[in-house]
Amino acid sequence: MSQFKFVTEMNNLVTMDGPLTKGPPPRWQRKGQENYQSSNNLSLNSSKQKSFSTSITKTPTKSEVKSKKTPTKTPNKNRSNGSKTPTPNKTASKTPVADRFIPVRSMSNFDLAHYKLSQNEDTSDSPTQKELQKAMFENLHGANIDSQKILSYTNKPPTAPAGFQNPMRVIYTQTKTPASVKSNNRYIPQAPDRILDAPDIVDDYYLNLMDWSAGNVLAVALGAHVYLWNAGTGNIEDLLELQGNDYVCSLAWIQDGDHLAVGTTNGTVELWDCGRAKRLRVMDGHSARVGSLSWNSYVLTSGCRSGQIIHHDVRQREHIITTLSGHTQEVCGLKWSPDGRYLASGGNDNVLNIWQSQTGSHHTNNQPLHIFTAHQAAVKALAWCPWQGHVLASGGGTADRHIRFWNCNIGSCINSVDTKSQVCALLWSCNYKEIISGHGFANNELIIWKYPAMTKVAELTGHTARVLHLVMSPDGSTVLSAGADETLRLWKCFVKNSTKTKTGVQTLEKPSILKQCIR
Amino acid sequence: MAAVAPKNKSAITLKGSAEIVCDYLNFGINSILFQRGLYPPENFQSVENYGLTILMSTDNKIKEFLSTTLSQLKEWLLQRCVTRVAMIITNVKTREVMERWDFYVEYEGNADEPGGAVSEKPLKTIKNEIRDVLKQIASSVAYLPLLDCLCSFDIQIYTKSDVDLPGEWTEAQAAHVKNAQSVKMRSFSTNLHKMDTVVTYKNED
Repeated sequence: MSQFKFVTEMNNLVTMDGPLTKGPPPRWQRKGQENYQSSNNLSLNSSKQKSFSTSITKTPTKSEVKSKKTPTKTPNKNRSNGSKTPTPNKTASKTPVADRFIPVRSMSNFDLAHYKLSQNEDTSDSPTQKELQKAMFENLHGANIDSQKILSYTNKPPTAPAGFQNPMRVIYTQTKTPASVKSNNRYIPQAPDRILDAPDIVDDYYLNLMDWSAGNVLAVALGAHVYLWNAGTGNIEDLLELQGNDYVCSLAWIQDGDHLAVGTTNGTVELWDCGRAKRLRVMDGHSARVGSLSWNSYVLTSGCRSGQIIHHDVRQREHIITTLSGHTQEVCGLKWSPDGRYLASGGNDNVLNIWQSQTGSHHTNNQPLHIFTAHQAAVKALAWCPWQGHVLASGGGTADRHIRFWNCNIGSCINSVDTKSQVCALLWSCNYKEIISGHGFANNELIIWKYPAMTKVAELTGHTARVLHLVMSPDGSTVLSAGADETLRLWKCFVKNSTKTKTGVQTLEKPSILKQCIR
Repeated sequence: MAAVAPKNKSAITLKGSAEIVCDYLNFGINSILFQRGLYPPENFQSVENYGLTILMSTDNKIKEFLSTTLSQLKEWLLQRCVTRVAMIITNVKTREVMERWDFYVEYEGNADEPGGAVSEKPLKTIKNEIRDVLKQIASSVAYLPLLDCLCSFDIQIYTKSDVDLPGEWTEAQAAHVKNAQSVKMRSFSTNLHKMDTVVTYKNED
């Protein structure tokens, strides 16, 4: 504000020449001149007569200031100096200008005035300001600004080669990666076959909220509810509702039959008979929410937020067989291999553990067989290869974005592929040698990969938020994806070619292999 | 890793503690270089440590720069004259500071007898603490803005003023990030050195 006031004043002074010079000087000007004279007189007097000075000194000094300033403001002076611009003056605001000088904005040079003003401020780095800076620094950093040195080595590290682009761009930008054009001899519909509503589905990467049973019933957890959707008939049943603020964290169907395991926020695992819609038992043992479940015959394995994994024998009264502590953070991925030899567990601690089952039993040893730390983010997506029982596919979160393949017999990484997006879920097809992955930002898509070449077969887009979970129908033809956009989408992407698979059907329809498809 | 003290096999001396700190910085800075995408990913090689797989740069110049800087830092840590180590990420073209990773050093234990001070903290606990910080560094890409320009990095060491300037070292200007936002990571301590890690980045909004 003061800046503009000042600018208008300056302009008044500059533009006033002309009309005012003619005619008598204004009253305030005359007065100033009178004062000037009188002050001169007085100062003379005071030097002569000391007795006067004490009483009058106040007025002379005052008038002197005035008299000194005023002449510089007079139009006369300005005219005499010609084009010289007036220097900024701090006391300028004191001069009475309001009544006569009406500012003309169009004629004012604001840019120059502002420049002059700001320049002035820069140069006046007053000692008080320096003092203030010092005090501020001491307060902020706890050390005196002078008692600290900042040192650096002079031989700087090299910069990245020119033209190099930050590879992390994939995490932030929505660029459609062109699918590698692979001659496809089958038709994959690009749009979902069906879209179901899934209101209140918990958008949490670490949970496992869907499972599709061998009896063609899909279980979905939406908030505190578990719904059963019969894919054959389309019937929907509300199986259970948790009380209070609890919500369902994980679901898993037993390999054969009607039994559903439900993991909850309060650390219990509930066992439900869905044929009769009846709760069979509640198993405790965990201190935090149970985010992952997997069955191996009568053993139910549950993974907890605390990082513990418990094997429950669901037939026994004392159901806890063993507790595995191989993770330091939440266990978000848990899968038994189809032949029951290995258990894979992935955690938020970026660790993937492989546990070997004890010979003759359905639970594992206390020590992991392999510890894989190659993932740079949480490992949630886990899937065992249906035709090679020792091959595991695992996918990492945002900071990792890789799908890795592991040979669990020898404990080595077979292959890895950068998907450029968070991997939320993985499923193997049992009809084709392909694997499907669900992704988060940027494209929120499903990608079908040819295995083992890992070339993209198809990209299925449609979800408007990240794909959280994937499950496969018992016949292996349909994949259901649950998205954070509160929709479930059915993709008929692995429909068997009836003419071609005449021979293949025989092997696929063996019950034991069929079971493997579901897990 | 830690130098062995005569009394207790698991005790960590000041020298061992400084070494732990420098090791952490080496792994941490390399991890930042990889995760923030400063250099092409093919120039990195995975190394196992702290129960993690960490990607380390294979570029000889970067390796040399880090080893010289960190060995000098180790000396200063022993003299207890370092207060902060800052990793500055700057835009190569505009020289603008894009991001700053601060590693604050605090000294714990008895300062009167340097060299005699030992820590009884088990190495495994320290390594676990370091692992947790390194994990947080790796997952920071989830919230940090994209460095969408050619960037370089530098390391500045904040010391007390009575430190002699070694050859090939200069005094630098403090680097400030405009419109800054900070996130503090977990800290770890050897009971002789405590290290806080803070990332400061430019807020885009």
